[in-house]
Amino acid sequence: MVVFRTAPYGAIYSFEGLENVLIMGAYDQDVSVLFIDDGVLAIKKGMDNSGTGIKDFSPTFRALEAYDIEKIFIDRSSMESRGLTLEDLVIEPEIIEADAVEKMMEEQKNFFMF
Amino acid sequence: MESPYQHEASDSAYQFAKAALAKGHEILRIFFYQDGVLNSTKLMEPQSDDRHIQKRWTELGTENNIDFIVCVAAAKRRGINDTVTAEGFTIGGLGMLTELAIESDRLVEFRA
Repeated sequence: MVVFRTAPYGAIYSFEGLENVLIMGAYDQDVSVLFIDDGVLAIKKGMDNSGTGIKDFSPTFRALEAYDIEKIFIDRSSMESRGLTLEDLVIEPEIIEADAVEKMMEEQKNFFMF
Repeated sequence: MESPYQHEASDSAYQFAKAALAKGHEILRIFFYQDGVLNSTKLMEPQSDDRHIQKRWTELGTENNIDFIVCVAAAKRRGINDTVTAEGFTIGGLGMLTELAIESDRLVEFRA
């Protein structure tokens, strides 16, 4: 499972996490992706970071589908507490509740945290 | 992993690796990603009364025959290439991290 838990642009974690997950997709593994805490902001639509000089990588998350990564989840409370709905996102992850996150984490072999 | 000195992550990783080996575990490989690539530079020169993080890794690798892989994409953007990497460190692709996750029983990540 690849977990995105930090906000984009303020730190490079989510960008390098995206690089990691795209490579993993090429290995035909059972990869789950979770957006939680500030990590939900990595897939927010319509961010204008043109003044920062940092590459706008959020739309690249759309490529996950092309890499056959279909298990993509977003933690409901993280999303809602930041005033977001599915319409605000560049992809359409499945919304899951905290207890389901916990259960899913128990089933994983490996974690990659970004 | 995080950069050396700035965070304790590489110290924790080193101590963990040593302890795991002492307990008889096998370490397939250590992968340096994100700021962790900075662990590999032989140009680091800490004060003499402090630990030398790169040398410590190189010693651990040599004594126990462990490969250290430095992610090429992360390294390039941080000014790390094979002219600055120390003995024991090899620049490699991010796919090797995935392979490591597939081949090993456990993968342990050290983060701030």
